[in-house]
Amino acid sequence: MKISTPLTDDVIATLHAGDKVSISGTIYVARDAAHKRMVAALDAGEPLPFDPAGQIIYYMGPSPAKPGSVIGSAGPTTSYRMDAYAPRLMEIGLKGMIGKGERTAPVIEAIQQYKCIYFGAIGGAAALIAKSITSARVIAYEDLGPEAVRELTVVDFPAIVMNDVFGGNAFEIGRATYRQG
Amino acid sequence: MREVTCEEIIVATSRLCIEANYDLGEDVLSAFESARTTEPSPLGRDVLDQLLKNAEIAHTERVPMCQDTGLAVIFVELGQEVHIVSGDFQEAIHEGVRRGYEDGYLRKSSVNPPYGERKNRGDNTPAIIHTDIVPGDRLKITVAPKGGGSENMSFLNMMTPSAGRQGIIDFVTDCVDKAGAKPCPPIIVGVGIGGTVDKVTQLAKRALLRPLGEPNSDPEHAALEQEILKRVNALGIGPLGMGGGTTALAVHVETHPCHIASMPVAVNMQCHAARHKSAII
Repeated sequence: MKISTPLTDDVIATLHAGDKVSISGTIYVARDAAHKRMVAALDAGEPLPFDPAGQIIYYMGPSPAKPGSVIGSAGPTTSYRMDAYAPRLMEIGLKGMIGKGERTAPVIEAIQQYKCIYFGAIGGAAALIAKSITSARVIAYEDLGPEAVRELTVVDFPAIVMNDVFGGNAFEIGRATYRQG
Repeated sequence: MREVTCEEIIVATSRLCIEANYDLGEDVLSAFESARTTEPSPLGRDVLDQLLKNAEIAHTERVPMCQDTGLAVIFVELGQEVHIVSGDFQEAIHEGVRRGYEDGYLRKSSVNPPYGERKNRGDNTPAIIHTDIVPGDRLKITVAPKGGGSENMSFLNMMTPSAGRQGIIDFVTDCVDKAGAKPCPPIIVGVGIGGTVDKVTQLAKRALLRPLGEPNSDPEHAALEQEILKRVNALGIGPLGMGGGTTALAVHVETHPCHIASMPVAVNMQCHAARHKSAII
C-alpha cells in the first residue's frame, strides 16, 4: 500500500503489522547523537530542528554521496538505541519511525498510546534503499557528520509495518510462525 | 630479509577497505542463493532476493553495500623475514584506512572519547589491528569492516567446566535468541571456546573470517557447529527478524586450550554483509 507524509491518524488506523508499504514525501533522518541533542533541546525548552508533528523519523546515517549522487548508501540502523528518546518525540506528535530490529516495551506501549507506527526497512540493503531517495540535505547538527539531522524526499521507500497501534508486532508474529520446538 | 615499504602497505590497505565494502564475497552470495531455495517464509525469500539485488548494485555501481562501513578490523600476518621500511608499520595501516574511507566514499564511524562528547574523528581511524608473526617473507593483510549493529550483539560467558558441551550450545542459542533482528540476520555466528577472556573474544572474531561452507577442520568441533546451527535456525527469527528458517547462514567455532578451572565462551555475530578481503604483499 502506498502512503505519504505527513501521516494522519486515519491512515495509521488502516496499517497492520506485516503490511508492506511504499512511503513517499518528506521524511527526517536522525540517529543516536541527534536524538540525544533533540531531547536535550526539548528539556531546555529550545526549538527542534524540525517539528515532529505528523512526521516520520528514519534512523539512519548515510555513507558520503559520490559526485552526482543525491546520497550515499542509506539503510536503517538498529532502532532500540533510540528507545530512550522515542516516547518523548511521540508525545509531541511524531507519527512514524523507520529502522530495523525489535523495540523495547515502553516504545511499543507509546506507539499505541500516541498512535504512531514503527516501520522496518531491510537492514543492509543500503545501496538498494538509496534509490528511493530523490533529495537529501543536512538541516541541523552538521558537526555530527554521518549523525547530522537530514531532510529527505523519498519516492516509494519500501518498508514493512512492524508495530501497529493495535499492539500488532510483526517480529513476534514472524517468529511464532516459524519457530520449531 | 625482503623489504616491504610502508607505501605498499598503505596502498593495499586502502584498496582492501574499498573492495570489502563494495564487493560481497562469492561464498556469501552462494549462501544467499542456497538459503533462497530452503527458506520457508515468502517474506524471508523476498528479503534474500533484495539482499542479492543490493549486493549486485553495490558491486556494479561501486558503492558500499551497507551504509555502516564499519570500524576497520585488520588482521596482519607478518612473515618474520619481512623488513618493513620507509615508515611506521602501524601508522601505515591507519593511513591506508584513512585513504580508503575517504577515496571510497565510505562512512567514518569512529568517535572519541567513547563516552561523553563522542566526537566523530572524521577519518575512521584508528583501525583495530591484530598482528601475528609467522614464518616466511610475505605480508598478508585482511581487512574486515565490522558494523556496529552486529558488534553490539557480542556476548562473553566465563563458563565453568561442568557446563559442558550442552551448556555451550544452550548459551550460544540463547545469545542469538536475545539478539533477534538486531544484528541483521541471516548472520554468521562466531563462537570462541577456550583460552582466556582476551583470547576467547579474539577467537570468536577470527571465526568470522573463515569462508562460508568450510567447517572446522576437527570433526568434533564441526559437529558442534552443525548442532548449534540447527538450534539457531529453529528459533524462527529469519531474515531481518521478520520470521523464517534462515536466522544464521553458518556457525563457526574456533577453540583454544584453557585453564583447568575455566571454559570461556564468546559469541561475536556477523551481519549478512559479511565483508572481508585479503591481499598478500
